[in-house]
Amino acid sequence: MSEDLQAFRLRARAWLEQNMPRAADAAAPSDDGRDDEAWVRARELQRILFDGGFAGLCYPTEYGGQGLTPAHQRVFNEESAGYEMPLLLNVPTFSICAPAILDFGTEEQKQQFLPGVIRGDIVLVQFLSEPRGGSDLAGAITRGTRDGDMFMLNGSKIWSSNAYAADYGLCLARTDWDAPKHRGLTMFIVKVHQPGVEVRRIKQVNGNMEFCQEFFDDVPIPASHVLGDVNGGWAVASRLLFHERTAVGGGSPYVSGPAGVERSGEAAPDLLSVARAGGSLGDPVVRELIGEDRVLERVADQLALRVTEGIRGQELPDSAASVLRLFMATANVRRTTIGMEVAGPRAAAWPSSAFREGGLFGVNFLFRQGSSLGGGSVEMARNLISERLLGMPREFAADRDVPFSQVRQSKT
Amino acid sequence: MQLRLNEDQELFRRTVRQFLEREAPLTTVRELTDDPAGFDRAWWRKGAELGWTSMLVPEKLGGGSLSGEGLRDLAIVAEEMGRLVSPGPLLPTNVVVAALAESSTVDEHTAVIEALLSGEAVAAWAAPTPASAPTVNARATADGYVLGGVAEPVEAGAQADYLLVTASTDGGLTQFLVPADAPGVVRTPLDSLDLVRRFARVSFEGVTVSTVVGTPDGAAEALERQLQTALVLQAAETAGAIERVLEFTVAWAFDRYSFGRPLASYQALKHRFADMKTWVEACHATTTAAAVAAQERSVDAAELVSVAKAYIGDRATEVVQDCVQMHGGIGVTWEHDLHLYLRRVTSNRVTYGTPNDHRRRIADLIEAGSAA
Repeated sequence: MSEDLQAFRLRARAWLEQNMPRAADAAAPSDDGRDDEAWVRARELQRILFDGGFAGLCYPTEYGGQGLTPAHQRVFNEESAGYEMPLLLNVPTFSICAPAILDFGTEEQKQQFLPGVIRGDIVLVQFLSEPRGGSDLAGAITRGTRDGDMFMLNGSKIWSSNAYAADYGLCLARTDWDAPKHRGLTMFIVKVHQPGVEVRRIKQVNGNMEFCQEFFDDVPIPASHVLGDVNGGWAVASRLLFHERTAVGGGSPYVSGPAGVERSGEAAPDLLSVARAGGSLGDPVVRELIGEDRVLERVADQLALRVTEGIRGQELPDSAASVLRLFMATANVRRTTIGMEVAGPRAAAWPSSAFREGGLFGVNFLFRQGSSLGGGSVEMARNLISERLLGMPREFAADRDVPFSQVRQSKT
Repeated sequence: MQLRLNEDQELFRRTVRQFLEREAPLTTVRELTDDPAGFDRAWWRKGAELGWTSMLVPEKLGGGSLSGEGLRDLAIVAEEMGRLVSPGPLLPTNVVVAALAESSTVDEHTAVIEALLSGEAVAAWAAPTPASAPTVNARATADGYVLGGVAEPVEAGAQADYLLVTASTDGGLTQFLVPADAPGVVRTPLDSLDLVRRFARVSFEGVTVSTVVGTPDGAAEALERQLQTALVLQAAETAGAIERVLEFTVAWAFDRYSFGRPLASYQALKHRFADMKTWVEACHATTTAAAVAAQERSVDAAELVSVAKAYIGDRATEVVQDCVQMHGGIGVTWEHDLHLYLRRVTSNRVTYGTPNDHRRRIADLIEAGSAA
């Protein structure tokens, strides 16, 4: 029987008060899109949580977690509002990669990686998408070639968030070219910073530089770092995608910290004050937009709760996570548009002192489609919902049951 | 509180569904189209025996709910009624009987409460929407009040035996219980979009009343509570309606072939179904959240019922219109049942405040909260 929620809440509140720094005092994010110091800080903060017994709340105790329920995590998230939290570690380390190690790892792998993750010593990243195309993940052509007890990794991965700050990557590579595409893949746990791995940062339209491309040139990987089975990598990748959809949809029990905030001190200014600053607060249309924004924010949370509880209680299949993923993206598209609309002309031109009440909304609008792309495009989510949840016929695929070496590839 | 329903509640849901399928199938709904009342009194009494009128009333007054969470239990009935676009004044009768039972003047209303509980009488709720000021006023006299003004549209206004009327008085808002046959109450049935849900224009032409419900000039809080109950029931009914529409439209997509393939095999249509499935799930999620908040009388209940109304109001009509599109030409015929649902969800969208009215109310609540 785990600790009573109310008792836990009071204990967490008192501990946070005593031990965690206030978000308001956190260092401002750097404006060059690089945030290497923020990563050092996130690891420090995670260590404080770990030492206080508030790290990895939903992870099993044998791997350094607290073995508590998602309800405890929600309580902790509510109480953590206003504190500086290691939010950078939530996605993908805590909510996507580590859960997959929990699902597929050998006992040795779990002991090797999970306690370090929960202490803040190990940061993880996903190496899934390739330059050849993002949605057709199982068509990966990065190769893992067996060489005795080792595999040699060659190829390239892209759109890996924050790879420069990570210690290990979960890398999907082709190990059997004669098998049909889903059956010739293996998931490797790859050390990021080592000879043969080059990490390049990619600048996004909003100036952010969290995305990376990696190049692998004869990178040796011990066979003990295969996650799941050799040629069984698609099962692991599918699980990563499930965790990702859940996390992107706001339903992961492994995310720690206040809801709706990705980085400490970066909560977007509320639309009410933006409208007030722009002199449009009295406009009924603007007030309707402000109300609509709140509606979408609330319904997203409500849907996350419904779907995650439904999946946990097995009333909904795992594929229902795509419902969350789709809702979150479409709600985000609308909310980003509303933000730009409420900011009005200040989204196009602003005094530099007023970036957060104006320009931020213009810049966010430039990156609006990002949330409909990252974590699997919404088109893929719509395929999954119609095919897996509604049972509709699957799309035609020319590469099904064909040896991968015979599958036609892009011309460039 | 659990979001999910317990076993008793699920059993109750099945019982309600079986009753409605047997006693009020869509063929019956169509037959009631030309009936002036839009529902059968004997049928309504049977529903009352199943508890449809008693869930928001404490046991000591003759009511009682299944789980102790009366509004959530009642939302099950509303959802099932939505699935079959059922007739009957579920919303106004329950809002009024709960208002009477919760009022400080409850002892004066026990006979009316009893009549409403048994289904012998039904009630109408003549109240302003969030976006409008009261259109009925009450003037204090030596031995009571005199009502003037017009309320419109009033659900079940012409069928009701009793009206709970919100009127502006010198010091605020006051609610009155008015017998429908009181001299000066003039009820004019309106033509309505829904085939069985009736609305009326009710004018009060110097109606002398003495029965105040609750505190004179102090009805604002009770009115808010009534609005929350109404919006939860309306949301649940709408969510039930679109769930049913999506079910039979998905089935249609599997059965209907064009160019030698089922509609369900076309990606252009599959993606629209994926959107609809997502919206329907979101409608259920926000209905549950609103019901829980209103049930628990939590501080954000006012906001969450408006969130549910603003979201569902818009989405539900879009889901049904999309389902019309999926059906093709048959979807815009009188013969097909789709329009029964479209009528209901459209009616629900624009009554008790439009989605935009509720978005503005949410902005007001945010502003009041940030100023506090």
